Amino acid sequence: MLVPLSWLKDYVDIDITPHELEEKLFSCGFEVEELTEVGKDISNVVVGLVKECESIPDTHLSLCKVDAGEHGEFQVCCGADNVKAGGKYPLALVGASVYATARDHKTVEGVMTIKKGKLRGYESFGMLCSGVELGVTENMYPGAEYNGLLVLPDDAEAGTDVKPILGLDDWIFDIAITANRPDCQSILGIAREVAAVLNKELKMPALDYTMTDVKKDGFKVTVEAKDLCPRYIAHYVHDVKIGESPLWMKRRLALVGMDAISNVVDITNYVLKEIGQPMHAFDCEYLEGNEINVRRADDGEKIVTLDGQEYELNSNNLVICDGVKSVALAGVMGGLNSEIRETTVSVMFESAKFARDNIRKTARALGKRSDASARYEKGVDEYSTVMAMKRALHLIEELGCGKVSATEVEVNTGNSIEPKEMKVSIKKVNGVLGIEVPEDDIKRIMESLEFAPEINGDELTIHVPAYREDMESYPDVAEEVIRMYGYDHVVPTFMPAAKVTMGGLNLKQKKELKLKNALCGVGAYECIHYSFFSPSDLDMLKLPEDAKERHAIRIMNPINEELSLMRTTLAASMIHAMERNMKKGNMEGRLFEVGNIFVAKDLPLTEYPDERETLCVGVFGADEDFFTLKGIAQTVAQTLCLEFEYEPCEKSFLHPYQTAVIKCEGAEIGYLGKVAYDIVSELGVRGSMYVMEIDLKYLSQWYNRKTMYTPLPKYSEEKRDLALVMDKDVTCGQIEDIIKKSCNYVKSITLFDIYEGEQIPADKKSMAFTIEFCPKEEAFEAESVDRFVNKILKNLKRQMDVDLRS
Amino acid sequence: MNEALEAIKQSILEGEKKLTDSKSVYEFKKSFLDSKNGKIGQLMKEMKNIPKEDRAAYGKGVNELKEWATNVFASVEEKIKAKELELRYKAEKIDVTMPAKEIHTGNLHPITQMRNQLIDVFSSMGFEVYEGAEIENDYYNFTALNTPKDHPARDMQDTFYLSPEFLLRTQTSAGQIHVMEDRKPPIKIISPGKVFRSDDDATHSPMFTQMEGLVVDENITLCDLQGMLDVFVQKIYGEGTVTRLRPSYFPFTEPSVEVDCSCFECGGKGCKFCKGTGWIEILGAGIVNKKVLENCGIDSEKYSGLAFGIGIERTAMLKYGINNIKLLFESDLRVLKQLDD
Repeated sequence: MLVPLSWLKDYVDIDITPHELEEKLFSCGFEVEELTEVGKDISNVVVGLVKECESIPDTHLSLCKVDAGEHGEFQVCCGADNVKAGGKYPLALVGASVYATARDHKTVEGVMTIKKGKLRGYESFGMLCSGVELGVTENMYPGAEYNGLLVLPDDAEAGTDVKPILGLDDWIFDIAITANRPDCQSILGIAREVAAVLNKELKMPALDYTMTDVKKDGFKVTVEAKDLCPRYIAHYVHDVKIGESPLWMKRRLALVGMDAISNVVDITNYVLKEIGQPMHAFDCEYLEGNEINVRRADDGEKIVTLDGQEYELNSNNLVICDGVKSVALAGVMGGLNSEIRETTVSVMFESAKFARDNIRKTARALGKRSDASARYEKGVDEYSTVMAMKRALHLIEELGCGKVSATEVEVNTGNSIEPKEMKVSIKKVNGVLGIEVPEDDIKRIMESLEFAPEINGDELTIHVPAYREDMESYPDVAEEVIRMYGYDHVVPTFMPAAKVTMGGLNLKQKKELKLKNALCGVGAYECIHYSFFSPSDLDMLKLPEDAKERHAIRIMNPINEELSLMRTTLAASMIHAMERNMKKGNMEGRLFEVGNIFVAKDLPLTEYPDERETLCVGVFGADEDFFTLKGIAQTVAQTLCLEFEYEPCEKSFLHPYQTAVIKCEGAEIGYLGKVAYDIVSELGVRGSMYVMEIDLKYLSQWYNRKTMYTPLPKYSEEKRDLALVMDKDVTCGQIEDIIKKSCNYVKSITLFDIYEGEQIPADKKSMAFTIEFCPKEEAFEAESVDRFVNKILKNLKRQMDVDLRS
Repeated sequence: MNEALEAIKQSILEGEKKLTDSKSVYEFKKSFLDSKNGKIGQLMKEMKNIPKEDRAAYGKGVNELKEWATNVFASVEEKIKAKELELRYKAEKIDVTMPAKEIHTGNLHPITQMRNQLIDVFSSMGFEVYEGAEIENDYYNFTALNTPKDHPARDMQDTFYLSPEFLLRTQTSAGQIHVMEDRKPPIKIISPGKVFRSDDDATHSPMFTQMEGLVVDENITLCDLQGMLDVFVQKIYGEGTVTRLRPSYFPFTEPSVEVDCSCFECGGKGCKFCKGTGWIEILGAGIVNKKVLENCGIDSEKYSGLAFGIGIERTAMLKYGINNIKLLFESDLRVLKQLDD
């Protein structure tokens, strides 16, 4: 929120520098996001009195003698058409900085430093300035936007700094207000805090006015939607004279970023900024039926707002109506039909509290935000609603632009705007803080915040002003005390009273960390990808219509379509990660991610979905193949003390003959394979990618398996090498399976050679295995291993027509 | 006879000089010492032809020769082996400046590294690690955390909704409630995890990682919060780092504070890194709002709590000097390879 220092000073005597004030605000919870001097780019510009002024023949220039008081007298060439002897204008001395303008004399093109110059042979020691060159607008100083010199008042003293005259010596605080302090969304609200933190008196804005005898007979206000409008005040103002606001008001509005429109409208905006209460002014001539009604809009009802835009409303929107039609979109913007015009002679002022979420929803739904709606969204209090009306009526009188009638109608729901008594234990307040704040300090702080404290033993009684809706119990009091007393009084302790607890990772977290470290050990880098992905990713993976991955949870309000579905597979993100790397010239690499996939029972969600922790590994580059990725799968199995089995399978996005399903204890727990060529080329990259996904949530059921020591064999093991000849489509897995089942002394089977060629029939291949036999209770007899081998060969022959290679 | 021995001696001395490798040494040695065919072996066989009275002297002479020859061959062998080894080494000379055969290891994601560091610090203080769900319902993410229905934080602008009831958690604080419902104090947990907000620019990502910390016990105060955070920043950023609390607002804590730590680049003097302030904002924290305790069935008269929430990306970005959060989610190996501790 923008707060000009000059405005703040109306309510508090501030005798510290703007930077010191920034520190003070910071210490009590108000971060100044930006502190700027209004005329920060302007320096060394003083009041110049033109004593002589002669036009230079054949030019539009004038040669002036300018009196700059204590700075001396200077010869200045000036091209403005309004320069004349006896006039007072801003004079930028040599070395001054002002804004440089474009040829149009309006567009600011940067900051320039004034140097001694020569024009048409005449020396010039400085520059007489326009308003634009000083960054002054019409609202800050009348005549500032004239394409010529800015004319200073006659009483300006030659040689004095022009900044105070033009309001350029002011400072603007841009303050961040936390959501619990809507009462500080106003200049007065900030002034209260400043007064408290500086221990100064708060001077309230004048609220007095005199009512005439004029009455608007029979005028009534009805609030149908009481839940959305707890207080509505309307006051009739007559003999209105629409005109311009005085300079001081226009300047203040300009400093907080608002345009001056007309005195009555400016008053509503001024009060909004000063008190923090949005107000509205209706032209009474256009209110029909002598009444106001606050109600929910009818479905399909239409309204044209001040800016000429038409909106179709529904019962979620709140409208202000007269006896016949809607005249305002409550809390957002007035209707065009009752706006203040130059011809307006009577006004109905509105000051009301509307429910903040209703205004927010309306503003969002219609895509229409205004200063009023932005303020309502943060929450307005009824204390300010009442005060604002008084202030506005006072200003009407002060500006002399109307007369305050005797007709004021207020409808409220009985909420008190008087201070609320609250009793808390001082011990409890200190208990939250962990320090003993002296009673005197507590009392002083509560007083400075206008809580009218009384202390009786341990009991602190405070009277919470109605605008402090955030004050509910002793922790709130503790916060008020410490932010004013100072957080530097907190003495760090390390939970002396707390019980000892056991910390650390649980089994699942430990296993996951072990797994990640093991994957790093095989050269893979961990990635983290978004939990959401794109519907187009499902198509990229060529998943069939009925694929379970397509049953994805949709985000109702995604940032964009690309990030609109909760992931049902990690493969798409991984393939894109490999794609991005390849496109950036990283031609090989290993990546992994551990993340959740989201499996919904029904869509849309009616219960928590299953979040399945999943591992995805992607490898790419010339040195990678199916088996290097399978090696990583084996690393996963070993790390988790499990055994995996692999069987050929098909996946829509993988190579039809280089894809396997991974099984553990008979259950499918994942897959691995080479990414299909058409997908790789559609992504616009060249090279091989392999991807694997493993369901860690399923594997976690075995994480608690105990590791047991198996005694080393007492008797020596024996190895046999067997070269076998078989049909080409017999798999290694099938052979291993038969061997294992044929003999329970087999400890390991290792494939060490594959051969196809002249030495065996053309439709056959040869695979050579080393089989290790391990004795159990007693040593092998001489022939026992031969017996095992014979049995193995017999089974191989019978089941798969496998022969021993001769 | 002596001449015969002398001749053998001479031929050994001459032949020995010509030997160049172990194989020729072996052959040469064999031609003398082999018991069947060697020249010295032959001499032994001659014994039977020697007159009885000379036999002793003959035998002695031959044995001496044999012993002498054995020694000669041993020293030759030693010399040749040394020479051969030298040659072998020479032949295997490499250019040690050639590129290494790298054994690539990967590394953990910087967020995981940061998360692990934080977990280490807090585990040592007795915190357990609780991981909540990414998809939460309205109650746990907002209502139970004292964020009323009309609170702006609940707006569609900030929160990703999956249905009117379910949403992507906007804060790991959602996990607090589950823990407090399930357990009795004393509670000391940290809860790291992914959170989601509808924000997308250089410093905001729609998904980021938070770590929530929660302590609920008797007599927990603001002093304990600062004391614990002091230990934390010293362990992460080094001895001598201190914290500063300043007032803030979160619906689920009261009082709420922003926590700054003294700048770990300049030690608090003020530098470019801390924008001249000497302080760096690191986390939000506070005393658990008693309504939140009550929502979870915890006696707020008996127990109090403290809570804090750290943005892990921010912490990692500060640490590594990364200025765009998106870099963390793009999996560019050129980036990931650099970020290893």
